[in-house]
Amino acid sequence: MNDTEIYSKLTDVFHDVFDDDSIEVTPELTAKEVDGWDSMTHIRLMLSVERAFKVKFTTSEIGALKKVGDLATLIRAHA
Amino acid sequence: MNTLFSELEWLPRAPQIFSSMLKTAENSGEAFIGDLCFLASFALDPNQLTKLAKALAKARSRGQSLQPLTPFRLAVLSNSTIDMIVPALVASAVRHGIALEVIQPPFDQVAQEALTPNSRVNSSKPDAVLFALDYRALPLKLSLGDPAAASATVQGVIGYLQTLREGIKANSNALCIFQNFAPPVETLFGSLDRALPGTLRSLIDEINRELAGFVVSSGDVLLDIAGLAETVGLASWHNQQMWNLGKFAFSDEFIPLYGDHVARTVAAIRGKSRKVLVLDLDNTVWGGVIGDDGLEGIAIAQGDARGEAHLAVQRLALDLRKRGIVLAVSSKNTDSVAREPFEKHPEMLLKLDHIAVFQANWNDKATNIKAIAEELSLGLDSIVFLDDNPAERGLVRKLLPQVAVPELPEDPAWYARTLAAGGYFEAVAFANEDLARAGFYQDNAKRASLQKQVGGVDAYLASLDMTITFQPFDATGRARIVQLINKSNQYNLTTRRYTDPEVLEAEEDPETFTLQVRLADIFGDNGMISVVICRTPEPGVWEVDTWLMSCRVLGRKVEHMVLREILDHAGAAGIVTIRGVYKPSGRNDLVVDHYAKLGFSKLGEEASGLTRWELQVDGADPEKAPMQVISQGFVQSFAQATEALSV
Repeated sequence: MNDTEIYSKLTDVFHDVFDDDSIEVTPELTAKEVDGWDSMTHIRLMLSVERAFKVKFTTSEIGALKKVGDLATLIRAHA
Repeated sequence: MNTLFSELEWLPRAPQIFSSMLKTAENSGEAFIGDLCFLASFALDPNQLTKLAKALAKARSRGQSLQPLTPFRLAVLSNSTIDMIVPALVASAVRHGIALEVIQPPFDQVAQEALTPNSRVNSSKPDAVLFALDYRALPLKLSLGDPAAASATVQGVIGYLQTLREGIKANSNALCIFQNFAPPVETLFGSLDRALPGTLRSLIDEINRELAGFVVSSGDVLLDIAGLAETVGLASWHNQQMWNLGKFAFSDEFIPLYGDHVARTVAAIRGKSRKVLVLDLDNTVWGGVIGDDGLEGIAIAQGDARGEAHLAVQRLALDLRKRGIVLAVSSKNTDSVAREPFEKHPEMLLKLDHIAVFQANWNDKATNIKAIAEELSLGLDSIVFLDDNPAERGLVRKLLPQVAVPELPEDPAWYARTLAAGGYFEAVAFANEDLARAGFYQDNAKRASLQKQVGGVDAYLASLDMTITFQPFDATGRARIVQLINKSNQYNLTTRRYTDPEVLEAEEDPETFTLQVRLADIFGDNGMISVVICRTPEPGVWEVDTWLMSCRVLGRKVEHMVLREILDHAGAAGIVTIRGVYKPSGRNDLVVDHYAKLGFSKLGEEASGLTRWELQVDGADPEKAPMQVISQGFVQSFAQATEALSV
């Protein structure tokens, strides 16, 4: 799966989880910039990403994410 | 993994465009609640449930009417994080006709909220309080092998739960809903954990038992989460990572399932459980199409995999009827054709007098279901419609959205389980009037007396209240006869296999005596359990060509009764001698002594192990077993039939 595919799928997941189709999913996007991205929604997001990409993250991987770019790297590593 | 439960497979799959449909619904004004109910009728994932709950919350804050949904305020007290669960509760409740408002106090404030008079929970005057606790909320102290300490721990926990209950009762008088506890996966000893007092597993077992007892006696409601977790598997239910990450009590994949179970419980509290099961017939109640396949061709026999699947549907329907659910039929058929199996097929569990309304005609099913509702004076929202045909299901869903129509998988083996999994008939209590409906108590009493039985084998057999039915081969039994002849290995004297035409030939040959045997007892009908064919190689002699029996009825002395029946007919036909052969097949050692036990004399033995036997009809008197005998369908004098009855 290449970056374009990963970001396209991630965009769908973000729109679904945050119920906001205007979010632009870029590597530099962080939680601060998205309305409603709190710790609880973060877990819902991670679970939705796991489901969409059929991957499983470890506890420390979920904790270490700083921005969307890290998430894409993680998905690539698991794919 | 079996996804029936995690994916809510009794519900139709959500449309791809769910999100945009929801947005359209939000702008549909008057039609909003109807559209919302339609969208809630699909199997939704946690994100979809969250969106649907949000749409409802927006409508509520706009002051929009939520009619015809029934309002319900539920406070949820939990030691775990329920933020992801609350939207699932709200959205699932819409599926069950409830406008749920959830009061969610801060995390892990269970005792404070229950016991403080003006707490957020108590001051909000909820209709019910759900104690959504898991085992980690309980003061559980391991006391391995120490029954006294274990009992003290259990009493401590029950006392704690009762204190919470009293707090709620005193301060807001809400109905209390208690979850029981799914035991953790990890054992200390292994299997011994279940038996040894003071292990986590046996403590939780004991707490669940005590909790069920006090819930029943106090009039509270039990939510059987332990049962739900067992159903989906404890190892799938408990997700240690989820607990560590955010204190989620169970795996996120079961959030939709949990939501539906809470919602159906709340709906049951509000009297919204369904009351009627409408059954399609062809390929639902039996396998095949009665109009095409005829009485002999439909699959409904014990011992036939396809037939047993449909029998399981019948059994579930009958059991539901025993607890007070009304049964009805909606079938596209000519009325007399649809009724025929109920009247004539011996393997049918459902009889016409179990069916309150029988609609077999060529109208569309929506029209028929409306007629059923009218005849019963019940609303369409009390009806569940079971049909194997996706087109019929789709039509009824479209025309009568109030009717619950479970999706069914392709294989009928799963029909009964899928219907049950839908929880359409959820009840929070079982009332006296439900009981009065059925002979249910009598059956239980019978079984109880059976357990107490300490007499010998004959006393046990007598207590089974058996009825044995003898008939010659006939068209109705033929499919099962052929099947038994071709499948039975163990209790089979000669293991001769015959095709359908060969069995028909035996049926029609005046020189051949045939017997099909059924056995019923207090536990139910075992169906056809034995087959015998005797041929006449020379005048005055019957040779047992085939004698087989289902191993399900071993030890009931069925073979003795079969021999008595053969002797009766032999005598009447002027037969002097009955010959038998035991032909070893490698799989029928079970019957090596069959003829010896029945009093036959051995004529000889071949090197292959084949043995030949003979019995003189005159003077033979095989042992009687305590069972009622019905002998019917034979071309013989009526006097003989009644004589057989008196055995």
